Amino acid sequence: MPYLLIAEQLLNGLQFGVMLFLMAAGLTLVFGVMGLINLAHGSLFMVGAFSAAWVSGVSGSFTFGLIAALAASAAAGALMEVVVIRRLYKRDHLDQVLATFALILIFSEGTRWVFGSFPLYLNIPEALSGSVTLPGGIRYSLYRLTLIVVGLLIALGLYFLIAHTRLGVQVRAGESDREMIAALGVDISKLYTIVFALGAALAGLAGALVGAIQSVQVGMGEPVLILAFVVIVIGGIGSIKGAFVGALLVGLTDTLGGLFLPPFFELFMDASAAASAGSSLASMSIYILMAVVLIVKPTGLFGAKG
Amino acid sequence: MSRESIFDCVLILCLAAVPIWAHFAEEPFIITLATRAAIFAIAGIGLNLVLGQGGLVSLGHATFFGLGGYAMGILASHAQTYMPLSEWPILIEGTKSMPVIWVVALLASGIAALLIGALSLRTSGVYFIMITLAFGQMFYYFAVSWSAYGGDDGLSIYLRNDFPGLNTLDPIQFFLIVFVWLLVVWIFTATLIRSPFGLALNASRQSTERVETVGINPYHLRLTAFVISGMITGLAGALFADLNRFISPSMFSWQTSGEIMVFVILGGVARRSGPILGAVVFIALEHFLGGLSDYWHIYLGALLLLVVLFARGGLIGMLLGRERVHE
Repeated sequence: MPYLLIAEQLLNGLQFGVMLFLMAAGLTLVFGVMGLINLAHGSLFMVGAFSAAWVSGVSGSFTFGLIAALAASAAAGALMEVVVIRRLYKRDHLDQVLATFALILIFSEGTRWVFGSFPLYLNIPEALSGSVTLPGGIRYSLYRLTLIVVGLLIALGLYFLIAHTRLGVQVRAGESDREMIAALGVDISKLYTIVFALGAALAGLAGALVGAIQSVQVGMGEPVLILAFVVIVIGGIGSIKGAFVGALLVGLTDTLGGLFLPPFFELFMDASAAASAGSSLASMSIYILMAVVLIVKPTGLFGAKG
Repeated sequence: MSRESIFDCVLILCLAAVPIWAHFAEEPFIITLATRAAIFAIAGIGLNLVLGQGGLVSLGHATFFGLGGYAMGILASHAQTYMPLSEWPILIEGTKSMPVIWVVALLASGIAALLIGALSLRTSGVYFIMITLAFGQMFYYFAVSWSAYGGDDGLSIYLRNDFPGLNTLDPIQFFLIVFVWLLVVWIFTATLIRSPFGLALNASRQSTERVETVGINPYHLRLTAFVISGMITGLAGALFADLNRFISPSMFSWQTSGEIMVFVILGGVARRSGPILGAVVFIALEHFLGGLSDYWHIYLGALLLLVVLFARGGLIGMLLGRERVHE
């Protein structure tokens, strides 16, 4: 197999992984701090993608689209938290699953009602189109390369935010003892809204960035949401570091599985059966990865709580 | 009889009476709606066993629903084309016989539930929710890429399968088959809940430590319940495939898992007739709201949100009050 193809797929896996990280980071923060499982996180991804596609379509500027995506998803997240989510913190997981499932129905059908069933398209900005030659002679899409860099920068920024700022201290304190930080005078409900809106903005940003390389349509959020669940189950729920490692593992397994499994099956099968068995197994590979991690470590790689 | 028993009888009689009326009024579409409701009720009863009694929030029951459906689709499609499923090491032929299909559907979903349950039940709480969801997706993507049985497009079966002595293409006769299954499953689970096994399962939801202290292994209890639950939902999947004469990967989709859960919650979690009422209300809403607006899921979502936030205990809880602990 040519080395250039493998290198390109490695980069694709990395790009997919960092975008998954943006989704998973919000989910895992919300779960870690508020103990809430939010199925509607995928809807925020969709809100981001639609706002970016619509605003950049109208204004002709990708940057405006990105700003709109961040603003709209953070606003939608804050609204969701204030109206519905904050009634669910003390409820059991079943109520949380159902209420957020109901939110998915409302968001998805609402979006379909406003924008119709046809997908929107978001164009890659002029300055980032085309490809670049990386060291080693690899030609790679400049936009995807930008996604990798942006994703890594945000991961770094998030690490700094959690480890070195006042908000981060409050978030970490909230994870370990909610009553105590409320008693110390931190406005806990404001903190929750901020954390939720932050997670929502990350999801919306991921939606907008990914929206330029796929079509923007209703229901685009849920497959990503479920992959983000796999990511945080692998990484350990509540752990940002786990989400990062998990996201890269899932991203790389997904792309490399699709690349290597069909030829691997060709070694002992005829070509068409190998292609079909290989692609079936490739689409299952990340779930097999998850099962293996769970057998070895039921709380995930970096998880503490069950 | 307690109020709940009277309510159960009335509900089940209504579910039987409406299609019989529709049969004489020559409204076959209503019979089909009632059949759908009864099938969804069976799927919901399956989920209610682990969700209501065991407290296990499985968001992956579409796996079993889909496996039941694919068991029917695969067997019937081979019978349709006269191509055996396998010739070696043993000859396996397709079949159009419902009882055989049901047995295969029960076995397939039972084995899958055993494997998925054995892995998933190592975890609990929110991990369990996400893992069951992820396993459901795994089967979904497998079905999408399995081109031998239609892949993404699904697979049509031209004639409904046979049941000895009945004309299954007659809507009311097919409804009766489904209705008898609903009664069997309903009585079976109602009995199971009252049995020592059911009581222990319920106890393991309330306090795992106490169950362990009296010498019962909660993992085995839960795994057994998960397998039974998966088999019931798998049976519903086989019946659903026969109703539509069509299978597609959407039977495995996470929306299907969510909807099965909606039947249970709308009706009332852990109430033995909750899934029946939930499925009937769901079908009625789909029919009436779906006729009013293409975007009826918005209303369904809003209703669901209201039930979760303000009517804990579902519709049965609203009608009959909360369940008493001691009877």
